This record gives sequence, structure tokens and C-alpha cells, in this order.
Amino acid sequence: MKSLSKILGPFTPLIGVIILLLVWQIAFWVEVVDHVLLPSPTSMFIAVWQGMSGGQLLFDFFRTIERTALSILYAGIIGIPLGIIFGSSVGLYRSVEFVVDFFRSTPASAVFPLFLAISGPGDATKIQVATFGAALVILFNVAYGVMNARKTRLQAAKVMGAPRFRVLTDVMLFESLPQTFVGLRNGVSLALIIVIVAEMFIGSVDGLGHNVLDNQMLFEMPRMYAAIFVAGALGYSFNLLFLLIERRYVHWSGR
Amino acid sequence: MNVSETEQMAEDDTAPSSRAGASSPLSAAGVTGDAHITIRGLSKSFGDAVIYDNFDLDIPRGRFVSVFGPNGCGKSTLINLIAGLIEPDAGTIRFDGKRLRDTNFGYVFQNYREALFPWMRSIDNIRYPLKFRNISRVEQKERVERLVERLGVTIDLNKYPYQMSGGQQQLVSIMRSLVIEPEVLFLDEPFSALDYEMTLFMRDQLQALFMDTKTTMVFVSHDLEEAVYLADDVMLLSRGPAEVADYVNVGIPRPRSAATISDDEFVRVKAHCLEVFQKLVRGT
Repeated sequence: MKSLSKILGPFTPLIGVIILLLVWQIAFWVEVVDHVLLPSPTSMFIAVWQGMSGGQLLFDFFRTIERTALSILYAGIIGIPLGIIFGSSVGLYRSVEFVVDFFRSTPASAVFPLFLAISGPGDATKIQVATFGAALVILFNVAYGVMNARKTRLQAAKVMGAPRFRVLTDVMLFESLPQTFVGLRNGVSLALIIVIVAEMFIGSVDGLGHNVLDNQMLFEMPRMYAAIFVAGALGYSFNLLFLLIERRYVHWSGR
Repeated sequence: MNVSETEQMAEDDTAPSSRAGASSPLSAAGVTGDAHITIRGLSKSFGDAVIYDNFDLDIPRGRFVSVFGPNGCGKSTLINLIAGLIEPDAGTIRFDGKRLRDTNFGYVFQNYREALFPWMRSIDNIRYPLKFRNISRVEQKERVERLVERLGVTIDLNKYPYQMSGGQQQLVSIMRSLVIEPEVLFLDEPFSALDYEMTLFMRDQLQALFMDTKTTMVFVSHDLEEAVYLADDVMLLSRGPAEVADYVNVGIPRPRSAATISDDEFVRVKAHCLEVFQKLVRGT
């Protein structure tokens, strides 16, 4: 196996993909499941191609991106400053820790009806629930990052004459950035999950979640698989995007 | 702390030197007659452990003082108290009669990796303390350039700290503490994380710097050879509550070099310090 990965180099991860597609194709040939329920990989890729080249899937794809991006944006605007404030005072953090932890552990789907009752079945509700879930994850991670800021670095800033506020903006903020990105990556995954679920149930007319459910009810299986595939690709891309941003701007992380 | 501070201030005003002379006859003020840092009635405990109890000390101006003593005697605690990183339980510390916040001082940490800011280029790390000193950007730049030139630093300061070797990082760290042109420089075991070759090199860099600037330096070390090699005075501390067990003058002329280590006087001073140290460790 070692020599195989040497030969293939950066293409090694493709092995898993090829195996998955092969197993799927074989399962299709031997008809493990009815062809209606499990179409061939090819028919799925054709559906992806058709849907993404100007079809409904492309529109739904952008709607989901829009909602998820807005959610993570709002979650960051709420979660990062609060995380810094809570994290910079141990007493303050201890006093809110239980509440944060409790709501962080509460499945966001359980609070859908609450937000529905408050905001109605519109687009805003989906974004609110996703923001709620993601903001808690971000807050928790940022606070953790701030609390674990290297004591020496804070002391160094202090002996150099930095006032308290500058210690916060010049040192704490940067010290917490690696952990903040952990929070953002987890947050965006969660926001996407919540958005997709919300698109399935709450009076939705578009989005990938709606697309998946719609095609399932119409028994358009290749299209449904295509929507699932696109949702997966979207989640993966969001994660990758944040990793790339992190590597670019938090270049000192782990060094 | 406030009450005792005012009390101590009153005492300071009346007879600071006689008090120092009476309670710590080995204090360096007796050696040079010119105290830069005066410490009076310093007390500090961590839980049940009393590290300092009514401790008096004068640190002389323009001298290199090495602080040496057994583990846990409060060597680092002393400079952390003086530099304001730890709050004392009681006592006063004055720099030429001034408070810490009115004093320009530098501090070099043992752990350069955790003391430098990895998100800034080294040059920006060095410039950082100038931001809080009402100095124009142009002057900030000039100051750093002057320092680089004076030290003859040839490393690329546009690198990030993590792209540098340990010695280079500690050099950046020392430069950062020097750029403000401090009256006093505190160094907490600055070379203990470096390999031997780099340590030797950095010792000589520091010595050259001291000879050049005559900045009062307080140097905590756990390496006796290093402590003696660099020092004008070696201060030996006893264990809790800490007292100055001995204050040894090192009269070897500068610049000292590798040859100094086998010099008769060096060997004698080091042997004397070691003897005192061993007594302290045995607790007799």
C-alpha cells in the first residue's frame, strides 16, 4: 500500500472514490436494489450535469449557499465578539458556560417550531435557526481559544506597555484565531445541516433540501441522488474554503 | 497593599539607605553606592509557601546582576515582582524613586516561542513596544534600524519568528526589549532553551550589548557558569522565605571570552558561589 501511495502521489485519495463508484456500479448491475431506488452512477452524473447547467438544481444550489452563507456571517458577527468577551474573563465565562453548553447540545431542529411561531415560515426563520446553532458553536470555540491564550504572550504585551484593550485586540484576538477557525468550520457544517433540513419542512419552495424531498416524492431518483451529491459537495467545499482561508491568514497556526 | 505602600514611602523618604544598610549589609548599594532599584519590605506568598517576607534589596545602576539560587527559591518571582508581572502582597519597589509605570524597562522571557507574536514579522515584533510610546511611524522605523545597525544583526527580520532558529528568535526577543532604550533590562533564563553553541554566542552578544549600553541588567540563571561569566555581581538567594545569602563581586575585566572560563579569578568566584549554593541546598 505504501508503494501504491508513492506511485499515485497526490491522486491517492481518488482510490476511495473509484472503489465507491465501482461498488455502486456493480450493485446496480446485479440489481441489489430495484433500479428505480438505486439508479446507476452515470444516470446520477447526467442528472447533476443537467440540473447544474441552468436547471432547477443550480437555482436551489445558490439558494442554499445564500442561506448558509448569511447564517455563518451572522453567526460570526454574534459569536466572535461574544466569545472574546466571555473568554477574556474566566468568571464571566463560568457564569454563562452552562447555558451555552446546554443550548449547544440542544438539537437545533428541536427549536424549529419555536422560531416558526416567532418568525413565521419565511426565509428569515431558516437563517435564524441556522445562525442560532452556528453562533453557539463559534462562541464556544472562540471563548475557548481566548481562555487558552498563552500567558507568556499576554504578559509580554503587558510589560511592553500595552493597555488592557490593546492586549485584547493585538494579542487575544490573534491567539484565538486558530480556535476561531475550528469554530467557523464546525459552525458552517452545522448551518448547512440546519438550512437543508429547514428547506425540507418549513413551507419551502426552493433550496437543496426542498429539491431532494421534491424529487423523492416525484420518484425522480437520479435527480434526488444528484441533489444529495451536490449538497455533499457543497458541505465539503465550505469546509475546504475555510481551511484555505485559515492557511492563508492564520499562517502561524500549529507552528 | 495601599496602606503598607504609603507607610513604606514615608520610610523611604526619611532614611532609605540606612535602612538598606542595616537590614541587608550585602546589598549592592554597599558595593557601588548608587542604587537604581530599591526594594523595601517586599512580601509574597503563594498559598502557604512564603517566597518573600519583608525583603529588602538595592540593585545598583549600570551593573549586570546575576540572580542565582536553588530551585524554587524565587529567582524568577523576584524579577516578575519587580517587572510587575506578579502583584506583591506588600512592599514597595522604586526605580530612582519612580514607580514601575513611569519607568522604561525591558523584559526577556525564557520561552521566546511563546513570548514573540507569531502573526507578526520579526521586524514588527521588534517595533511593537514603540506603539505605546508616542513615537511617530518614521521615528519607529529609524529606531529599529539604528538598533539593527548597532547590534550588527544580519538575520532577515522580514521573516516570521517561526521561520527562524531558536537563537534568532531569542535575539529578536532581546531586540524587542531593547528598542525602547530601557533603563533596566530583566532577563529570565533567556538562553536555557538554546543549544550550547548558540548559548555561547548569545552570551557574548549580550555582553557586548551591556558594554555598549551600560543598561542595568538583572539576569536570572540556573547555570552558575553563565551567571558568573556575565555578571558584575552574583546575587545568591536562599530558599523560602528568600534572603540574599551572598552578594559576590566579579571583578574580571570585560570583554570576557572563552579563555575567561579557565581564568583563576573566574574559577575562584565560581567555586565560592558553588560552595554557598551547596550550603543553601543542604539547608545548613
